[in-house]
Amino acid sequence: MATRMSPIARPFTRIRSLAALMLPVLAGAGVFASVAQAAPPPGTPAHAPAQNWSFKGPLGHFDLAAVQRGYAVFAGVCASCHSLTQVQFSDLGAMGLTSDQVAALAASWQVAAGRDAEGHLRHRKATPDDMLPRPYADADAARAANRGAVPPDLSRITQVYPGGADRVYALLTGYKPAQTLPLATGPDAAVRRVPARPETGFVNPYAIGHITAMPPPLRDNAVPYADGTQPTAQQEARDVTTFLAWVSIPHADDKRRLGVGVGLYLCFLACLLVILKRRIWSHVTK
Amino acid sequence: MLFIVKHDNTVLCGVLDAVSGGGKGERMAGTPSCLESTCQDQAHEEPDTADGSASGRTAQTARAFVRDYMAFLLPRDLNSLWTIGAMLMAVLVLMLLSGLTLALTYTPDASLAFSSVETLERRVPFGWLLRSLHMTGATFFMAALYLHVFRGLWYGSYRAPRQGLWSVGTVLLILVMVTAFAGYVLPWGQMSYWGADVAGKAVGAIPLVGNTLEGVFLGGESPGTATLHRMFVLHFTLAFTIVGLVLLHVAILHRRGSTSPSGAAGQDRARMLPFHPYFTVKDGLGVVVLAILFTLVMCFWPGLVTEAANYRPANPLHTPADIEPEWYFLPFYGMLQAVPSKFFGLLVSGGAVAILLVVPWLDRGTAATFAAGRWGGLRWLPRVALGVLVCSCVLAGLAGRHHVQGVWLLLGRLATVGYYLYFLGFLPFYSRLVGREARS
Repeated sequence: MATRMSPIARPFTRIRSLAALMLPVLAGAGVFASVAQAAPPPGTPAHAPAQNWSFKGPLGHFDLAAVQRGYAVFAGVCASCHSLTQVQFSDLGAMGLTSDQVAALAASWQVAAGRDAEGHLRHRKATPDDMLPRPYADADAARAANRGAVPPDLSRITQVYPGGADRVYALLTGYKPAQTLPLATGPDAAVRRVPARPETGFVNPYAIGHITAMPPPLRDNAVPYADGTQPTAQQEARDVTTFLAWVSIPHADDKRRLGVGVGLYLCFLACLLVILKRRIWSHVTK
Repeated sequence: MLFIVKHDNTVLCGVLDAVSGGGKGERMAGTPSCLESTCQDQAHEEPDTADGSASGRTAQTARAFVRDYMAFLLPRDLNSLWTIGAMLMAVLVLMLLSGLTLALTYTPDASLAFSSVETLERRVPFGWLLRSLHMTGATFFMAALYLHVFRGLWYGSYRAPRQGLWSVGTVLLILVMVTAFAGYVLPWGQMSYWGADVAGKAVGAIPLVGNTLEGVFLGGESPGTATLHRMFVLHFTLAFTIVGLVLLHVAILHRRGSTSPSGAAGQDRARMLPFHPYFTVKDGLGVVVLAILFTLVMCFWPGLVTEAANYRPANPLHTPADIEPEWYFLPFYGMLQAVPSKFFGLLVSGGAVAILLVVPWLDRGTAATFAAGRWGGLRWLPRVALGVLVCSCVLAGLAGRHHVQGVWLLLGRLATVGYYLYFLGFLPFYSRLVGREARS
């Protein structure tokens, strides 16, 4: 009952036959998927153009200088409305700061420290073990201060925001004057004028419904850069997006570095095992 | 070590007779396992443990046990699909170790769970690594498990005398699925919360006892701290239940012997090889190949195993647009939605897993009846049927992903029918046909 085919070759032929079986079904599913996909309704956020991020792709890594500049933008601009609830000051050390620098950075923030004898809120300088303070005590306070909108927490924003870092950047730089906004594309596209009054929001093709409650946050020279980079609005948007991407997955670089080392080691080990396996099995007749 | 491979490819210590040279298995042919060599070795070692102390005896028993397991005979034509068992073992150990370490930081409380997981990922030393290992491990465990089941169906591993082995394996599959679900609720992100909500409502759809069961499952009207406590305890205890059942699974395997791709021909004892060193090195290679894939996914493409929406904290006031389980539940989620009635949907999707339990009794054929005859000769027929089953699973999963709307409703129903047709139509029909032909 000896089989002619080697046991190594056999599973492959079977897998191939299985793949041949599945192909038509999958292709059919694809056709149905494309049929089921309707044209996007008006108000769908525009597709954000892909940017060439330093952290993009499986072998990317964060440009820590940009992350640090982005922190400056966050602290100077975003932090007045947005929180980073899950981040501690000590976490910011991983963007390339020494512990003294982290302590100094934390000391530039004020955190609540209970109430004094008269019941007034007390504040103190933050320490590295403090969480980043929230700009608003709760969602109601945020809503009251922002005409009914709650600024989202930014701890994981590039992960949870559909479109990721590209869309965050596009949103920050994509504000349009009210008159030029087509709400739908196609033959019967009516260009509806959206008033850019503060009561309704600001026109931005990358926001849901092309309206966002966030006023255009960045302008040239909004924050001073310590490393001499020119703080244009574009540059600030790039840097703060890099910072937000880093703060969303702060250990991505560690992971990739580990992956390269472990992967190379395992490949070497696999080679050794293939040799060992061939040797041990060399005298086994089929 | 028990068996030492020397440079000239001879292996010391006896069991080798079964393998070396031109396939000389004569000396091994009559022995139930390699007891002879074991006894020889024990006799040889007796002077060392002659003091007769209890610890000496225990050590000796342990050594004999290990030796017996290492000398376990397996068919020599096992292909790479048979290394999945070892991969599953490796991932299970990884899940246990990483899970125990993660539990040191995790807090099962609705207001603290999400931030405790964030603390783990951001601040606990190597917490990010432990959590990625655990998350990637869940996906790889389920994927390997599905392949393991597929291999069992493809080669008929469930047939006599291995029905017990298959039953324990199916119970393991169900327990692993429950554990995976419970574990997915723990981080208390949006998908965790709404996943628990959907599961609770599904349980609540059972007539008469549904509402009580839902209350027991959720510990209240809606998912909350009580649910987290339940899921945490369930996740923890089931993990060790699984370890126990895996040991049982392996013990039964050792009692019944392994199947082989060549069916009856591979069961010839003379053509078998001991587990060590032949299959240890093969399994080791399989585990290392899996580890390479694991590393690639975990370190470079983590998006494949993470659900972005679950990085939003649970918000009972905001239902996400897409409530979608992890990929490994998608086929069953699709079947749940393909049936208009909630309760019957639950029956159909639960039954899709439970039906695996009765597979040995649906397919009454044996390897011998398939060897001859016209129908048995149609070797492509079971393969086409199994291909349809796999396609049905994929389609049901895709339908589940698209919320069974529009054309996906039709496809989801077709896939559900295709899935059940394999078990209730093809298996009994084909084995009966083959059996009748063999008798006549």
